[in-house]
Amino acid sequence: MNDITAAFGMAFAMLLDLDRDLIEIVGLSLRVSFLAVGLAVLLGLPLGAAVALYRFPGRTVLHALLTAFMGLPPVVVGLVVYLLLSRAGPLGVLGLLFTPAAMILAQCLLVLPIVAALSAQIVADLNREYDEQLRSLAAGPGQRLVTLLWDGRFSLLTAILAGFGRAIAEVGAVMIVGGNIAHSTRVMTTAIALETSKGNLALALGLGLVLIVLALTVNLAVLALRDAVRPSHG
Amino acid sequence: MAEREAILPLRLEGVCFDAGGKRLIEDVSFGLRAGKRSVILGPNGAGKSLLLRLCHGLLSPSAGTISWAAPEGAGRAHRQAMVFQRPVLLRRSAAANVAYPLRLRGVPARERGARVEEALARAGLGAKSKQAARSLSGGEQQRLAMARAWVMAPEVLFLDEPTANLDPAATRAIETLIGDVHASGAKIVMTTHDLGQARRLADEILFLHRGRLLERAEAAAFFSKPRTAEASAFLKGDLAW
Repeated sequence: MNDITAAFGMAFAMLLDLDRDLIEIVGLSLRVSFLAVGLAVLLGLPLGAAVALYRFPGRTVLHALLTAFMGLPPVVVGLVVYLLLSRAGPLGVLGLLFTPAAMILAQCLLVLPIVAALSAQIVADLNREYDEQLRSLAAGPGQRLVTLLWDGRFSLLTAILAGFGRAIAEVGAVMIVGGNIAHSTRVMTTAIALETSKGNLALALGLGLVLIVLALTVNLAVLALRDAVRPSHG
Repeated sequence: MAEREAILPLRLEGVCFDAGGKRLIEDVSFGLRAGKRSVILGPNGAGKSLLLRLCHGLLSPSAGTISWAAPEGAGRAHRQAMVFQRPVLLRRSAAANVAYPLRLRGVPARERGARVEEALARAGLGAKSKQAARSLSGGEQQRLAMARAWVMAPEVLFLDEPTANLDPAATRAIETLIGDVHASGAKIVMTTHDLGQARRLADEILFLHRGRLLERAEAAAFFSKPRTAEASAFLKGDLAW
């Protein structure tokens, strides 16, 4: 109980204090997760929409894989990326291991199936409503995909937020490919894991509270933005 | 714009349509030429919407052939439009909805603005161009669907019970618009189960009953002297099933 009250105190103090180390860690956490989600959205939205709209060989298998991979264990993804990026691995020459770039890649792989599978569902539902109208207007396959992604934009935000939640909260993948190096690849979750292992439970929990506040703020900001735009665009 | 080869007449030969093991359209043959307002009339469940969708190409016939004067791929799909009973409007502004088919057809942005404005004005929606389409009233939404169809300058406009969900004032506005589109040179093919509407709008009647085309006649002749017992019963208001 003492640890918990102490944690709240510390979290509060950290937020008031704006400790430079904390700001650095928060900054890297946000940067890695935003870029990972951005990349996953760029790839995942068209991929999900394509799975929903087009008939191609392997489509059913791909859809099943995307859905199943929504629950990929971060540690395993981290390990795979580690093997790819390690000196002996196929991408070893890039020298990306233990850099933020490696962390972005790992988180992107975790987020991609979530964004793609959820957007496939959203686009499929919307397509059922729009199908006849779009065929009547003679929209081509590519035009249909773009139209449905744009008209599903408010629902798709939820899919993107789900992906962001996954990215900002995971520790296994960034720990393995980033290495939790101070001032280089340390992010909120790896810092929490480190402090926990050192026995600084109150500090760890304090960092955890800051992380939760951070995630909450991002979500609220996105939803507020959506609600501000939505009334004028249905 | 280059002179376009006409896509009409449209010709249906022995068209059947089956769904769920039932024959819903049975051996229908007729031709549609430019000019007249053709109204497909019949009780609910006669297959009017199916027939219209077959004509427009949204459904493929189970048997028989549907052919246009223009060969496939000659922009045929871009020269016809359809207004549905319940319009599906995009989650965008009214103006963006009208601009949408022009964008699909590759009309340059600088030409789109004026055409969109004109179509909205004709539909009486000039003041609502920036409003979200889905926040418009039911009547306005259908007028917007009319504007979206009109902006394409279709050679044929199909309308599937376009006023079935509307109040009398909104119905009148849609009927006026249909007249305007026709006056601008488009062929009108519409379905209705509303006798009053058929009397107001039709130049000729195609009377459909249980999936069969029982009569085709000039509107005045059909309403004064129907040739079949089914049409007489329908005109008298009997439930002719």
